[in-house]
Amino acid sequence: MGSNANTQSSNAHLITPTRLTGAEIVWATLVGEGVTDVFGYPGGAILPVYDALRKFPIHHVLVRHEQGAAHMADGYARASGKVGVAIATSGPGATNLITGIATAMLDSIPMVCITGNVSSKVLGTDAFQEVDITGITLPVTKHNFLVSRTEDIAPAIRHAFQIAQSSRPGPVLVDITKDAQQGTAIFDFDAAKPRPYRPHPMLRVEESGLAHAAELIRNAERPVILAGHGVIESGAMEQVRTLAERAQIPVALTLLGLGGFPASHSLNLGMMGMHGEAWVNHAIQEADLLIACGMRFDDRVTGSTSTYALKAKKIHIEVDPAEINKNIKVDVALVGDLRAVLENLLPRIAGRDGSAWLKTIEASKGAVAVRDIKNLPDSGHLYAAHVMHDLWRITGGDAIVVTDVGQHQMWEAQYFHHETPRTLITSGGLGTMGFALPAAIGAKFACPDKEVWVIAGDGGFQMTAAELSTIVQEGIKINIAIINNGYLGMVRQWQEFFYDRNYESTPLVSPDFVKLADAHGLAGRTVRTRGEVASAVEEARSAPGTFLLNFMVEKEESVYPMIPAGNALHEMIRRPGKNPLVESPDDN
Amino acid sequence: MLHTFVAYVEDLPGVLTRVASLFRRLNININSLTVGRSERAGLSRLTLVCEASAEAGHRIRASLFKLENVVDVDDIAQAPSVTRELALIKVAATPRNRAQIFDLVEVFRARIVDLTSESLMIEMTGVESKIEGLIEVLREDEGRILEICRSGKMTMRRGHHTSRVLRAMGARAEDATETDNDAEAAENGAVTEPE
Repeated sequence: MGSNANTQSSNAHLITPTRLTGAEIVWATLVGEGVTDVFGYPGGAILPVYDALRKFPIHHVLVRHEQGAAHMADGYARASGKVGVAIATSGPGATNLITGIATAMLDSIPMVCITGNVSSKVLGTDAFQEVDITGITLPVTKHNFLVSRTEDIAPAIRHAFQIAQSSRPGPVLVDITKDAQQGTAIFDFDAAKPRPYRPHPMLRVEESGLAHAAELIRNAERPVILAGHGVIESGAMEQVRTLAERAQIPVALTLLGLGGFPASHSLNLGMMGMHGEAWVNHAIQEADLLIACGMRFDDRVTGSTSTYALKAKKIHIEVDPAEINKNIKVDVALVGDLRAVLENLLPRIAGRDGSAWLKTIEASKGAVAVRDIKNLPDSGHLYAAHVMHDLWRITGGDAIVVTDVGQHQMWEAQYFHHETPRTLITSGGLGTMGFALPAAIGAKFACPDKEVWVIAGDGGFQMTAAELSTIVQEGIKINIAIINNGYLGMVRQWQEFFYDRNYESTPLVSPDFVKLADAHGLAGRTVRTRGEVASAVEEARSAPGTFLLNFMVEKEESVYPMIPAGNALHEMIRRPGKNPLVESPDDN
Repeated sequence: MLHTFVAYVEDLPGVLTRVASLFRRLNININSLTVGRSERAGLSRLTLVCEASAEAGHRIRASLFKLENVVDVDDIAQAPSVTRELALIKVAATPRNRAQIFDLVEVFRARIVDLTSESLMIEMTGVESKIEGLIEVLREDEGRILEICRSGKMTMRRGHHTSRVLRAMGARAEDATETDNDAEAAENGAVTEPE
C-alpha cells in the first residue's frame, strides 16, 4: 500500500526545517500527525496536493463520491479512535463532503477534511468550481480554516488535528487555495504546533458536586447508569464498569454507547430509548436516580422530555458544558472528561446492595426465554432479526459491524451483542443512509486484521453502492449483508403506524444485488430462508474477497418495541400477538 | 428575558459570522450588536443583546465558548453594569427653527456636530430610554427627522474587572473583588441549581 519512494527525505522534513511547496507541506504535516491513510477524490483546485503525494508515505484511497470519502474517514476514526482524513477538490467536491461532515459532527467524530479552493486572487468571484465551503460547513464543523498563504498551511492543519481530537471531538475542515498549495514556505513541523489546548472555561467538577453525587448514589434505591458515546470517546469503560459493579447499578446504553459496557454483563440492561426493550425504558421511568455518563439526553432516548424519568434525581457527567440542562434538567452536573470525573468519584463510592432493584427489573422482563428469537421455531420465514442473531452467533461477536440507518440498524442493536468498544459503527445523531458501505471501508483500513461486516438496507445500500468499485480497486475484504425487504422499511413502518398504512414512495425496486456484486467481480449469494443463513454467513466469511449476501427478509416486519416520537418513554408499541416474533403471553 | 453577552473574540475574518451563526441556528434574533477593538491586542470586544428564555443564557454562553475564536464570554444578566448607546440623528432645520432644536439638545445633554442651512446633526450618548425620548420629541414635528443611526448597546460591568476578564487578561484571579465571587457563585448555581 502506498508509495514509499521518498520516505526518508519526507521524514527528514519533520526534523529539519525545509523549504517545501504548500502541497508538500500538506502531506508532510499529515505524516507528522501520524496519518497513514487518507480518503479522497482529486480535482483541479487540489491537483498540486495530489501531484506531491508520491513523495510521501501515505496511502490514498480513491473513492467514487466525496460523500464516501467523508464516511470512510469517519469509519476509520470510529474504528481506530484516531483522526480520519478526507480530501476533496473545490466546489462540488467540497459540497459532496457535507453529509459526511454533518454525520461526524452529530456523533462527535474526530475528522479532518482538506479541500482545495480557487486561487486567493479570485476568491469570491464565482470562479469555476468555487464555493464558499468554509461558510457552508460552518454549522456542521467544530471549526474550519480558510488558508490562503503557504506558511499558514502547516499551523492550520496541526490546529485542526488538535481541535478535532480535544474535549468533545468533531470534524474540522481546512480549505486551502490553489496558490497557497503552489507557493513555497519553510516547513517547520514543531514550530507549527498549536498553542496548548484551552479547556472550556465552564468545565467544572467541584468537591461539593462529587460529594453530592456520591450521596445520591449511596441513598438511591432504584439507580440506573445511562452510558453513552462519551464512555467510548473518553475511554472510561473500566471506570463505568467499576462504578456499576461496586454500587450494583444496572447500566442502560444509548445506541452509540453500545460496546462501552459488555453486553453479556449481568448489570447490562441493553439499549434504551425509542427501540429499546420495554424493561430498560421502564427501569428508567421508575428509577429514583439516573447517572448519565457521556450522553446527551437525545430525543431518541428520552421520548417526551416532560414525562421523562420524573421520579429520578439526575447526575450528568459530560464534557460539553452546552449539554448541561439542554434537554433534561439535572440535579448535579459534573462537567469534565468522563474518565477523570469517574476516577475522582469512585473513591467516594462504597459497596451497596442493589439486589432488590435488580430483582424488580429482572421480574419486569417477563419470560425472556419464550420471547427470545433463538427459541422460536423456524416458520420458514426469514426475519432480519434471525440474520442479526446468526451473524452474532457465528462471528462470536468478534467483528466490527458497520450499519446503515433504519430498521436493520435497530435490529442489529437489539440482536447483535457488543462486548467491546468500537465494534459497532453506526450513524446515530444524523441518521445518514448510505453510511455503512463507505464507513466499513474506512474501518477496514483502520483495522485490517479485523472481520468487518456491512449491514445495510436495500435503500441505504443503493445510496453509496458505487463504493463497491473502491473495494475492488483497493482489494480489501469486507462482508456485506443487505437486509432486503423491498421497502424503505423504517419509513414504511412509520407510515403503517402513523399514516394509515399509506405506503407512499416507500416500495423500492432494486437491482439484483448479487449480479451487481458480480459486475464488480465480487462474489455474492441470495438468502431466502432461515435455514440458509448460517451457511451463507460462513461462506462469506471464508471467501477470500469481499462477499455480498442479499437477505430477502419479510417485507412488512416492524421494529418493536417502539416509542412513537414525542411519547413518554413508557408509552410504547409492543410486538403484536399475531407476529411470529411474538413476545411471551404475559406481554399481552 | 433580555440577555446581554460581552465577549472577547479574535480579530480575524469570519469570526463575527461564527458568533452570529450561533444565534441564527437557535432562531434567536440579535437585538443589538456592537464590536470594536478592546484593551487587548488582536482581540475585539463585542456586546450582544438578545431576547431568550432565562435558562438559555447558560447554554448560549457555553456554546459561545465552544467557538474557537471566542476567548472570553460574560453573561451580564442582572449584574451592576453601565450600558450606553450612541445615536446620530439628522434633522431638517432652517435658520428660523434651529433655536428650538438647540434648546432640545441642551435639555437632553446632546450635541450638535454638523450644521447646514437645511439640516443639522445631533450626537447623543446615553441609555436607550433617553435616546428614545429625544427621538420621540423630535418626531412631534412630522418630517423633521431625516436619518437616524444608532450604534447598539455597549455594556461594561461596574467596579473592578470580573475574575473571568482578569483571567482572560492573564492576571491573577485572586485580584477579583467580592462581587465577582458572587458572580462566580451565581454561575455555579446556573450549572448545578437551574432556575
